[in-house]
Amino acid sequence: MADERAFSVEVITPDRVFYEGEAIMLELCTTEGEIGILKGHIPLTAVIAPGLMRIRESESETKVAALHAGFIEILQESVRIMAELVEWPDEIDLNRAEEARIRAERRLSEKASGTNLARAELALKKSIVRIEAVKK
Amino acid sequence: MASMRDIKRRKVSIQSTQQITKAMKLVSTVKLQRAKSRAERSKTYFERMYETVTSMLGKSGNIDHPYLVAGASEKKAVIVITSNRGLAGGYNSNVVKLLTRGSLPKEDVEVYAIGKKGRDALKRYGYEIKEDYPDVINEPIYSDAAAISEKILQSFADGEVGEIYLAYTAFKNTVSHVPTLLKLLPVDVNAVSSDVKTPSEEDRAPMNYEPEEEEALNLIIPKYVTSLIYGALVEAVASENGARMQAMDSATSNAEEMIDHLSLMYNRARQGSITQELTEIIGGAEAIS
Repeated sequence: MADERAFSVEVITPDRVFYEGEAIMLELCTTEGEIGILKGHIPLTAVIAPGLMRIRESESETKVAALHAGFIEILQESVRIMAELVEWPDEIDLNRAEEARIRAERRLSEKASGTNLARAELALKKSIVRIEAVKK
Repeated sequence: MASMRDIKRRKVSIQSTQQITKAMKLVSTVKLQRAKSRAERSKTYFERMYETVTSMLGKSGNIDHPYLVAGASEKKAVIVITSNRGLAGGYNSNVVKLLTRGSLPKEDVEVYAIGKKGRDALKRYGYEIKEDYPDVINEPIYSDAAAISEKILQSFADGEVGEIYLAYTAFKNTVSHVPTLLKLLPVDVNAVSSDVKTPSEEDRAPMNYEPEEEEALNLIIPKYVTSLIYGALVEAVASENGARMQAMDSATSNAEEMIDHLSLMYNRARQGSITQELTEIIGGAEAIS
């Protein structure tokens, strides 16, 4: 862990401290696109879009989690993610995610009046991220 | 002097009350432990959230943003968090008093009630109950808080309400719970920036925003409000159980005191009646001989 490229990462959710440790690289999705963070990144606050988060702790070890909402605050030496919803792959129920994906797709294709398109789209994205996280 | 039978009946009734209060105390002690550890686990998030948002606002200086200025409407939305059940000492009435004795004029207040007790009390006082979420307080989850904050922010955005407040009981520790009225929106930039001003090395570098500052605030402030509501819910549950535990503890010891007192009275009455009987027998025996 005494890697000089390492910086501290904190992932905090309303219910717990999800992750706390050192990483040499962090990848995640923001509303503006995917970003990768190394040590010494410029200070940045960004809003998170549903996507996979990869925490590379060392050359050989990478942790993956499904990150759905929240925001990230990047400082020179540390990164803090205020996540509203984040899950490790082993916390995800694959069958349920598949089901949710199909349901959301149906709702989107029907385009029936009264369905909340934005919500359905978000549900679809979430389920896809979950499925990806498990399969990785 | 009350008869022996009356005293005994009274004593039995107090004893059964005491059993109930004792049981309630035990239950709320267990619940308090759970609620407390939950509140502690969530605390990190709110502290960080508060830090982040305040430092954001502190650094970005004077930004003109709808969430930072009061709306045109005189109406004020107040989220009132109380419990669904009573027997918790002054817990519920203290929160209600924040409004009834507070500085907000009654006509301007729209109440978003979480918990039946506060809703009923405020209704009696003649407040307007806009929304009512009785079940949320039993088992607060984050999505509840998100739903409530979405609704309330919508009415703020529509200009129906000008300010948003939160009335709840803050959980300081097991014995101290403070009824608090907190202003959620508009975020008070001045109060905020005088509050936290300890820039560390990292803080000096200017913060960049992605997307643009204003849009980022648009997205982050609702999250901030949601997290405050959720934090208040979790703390309120802990406070409720703490208050109930205290109330039941003192009820139990009061009952103990009354029972002691009644036992003494009962024994005196018993002794008195024996003495009286004896005097009567002796008196009778003397009269015969």
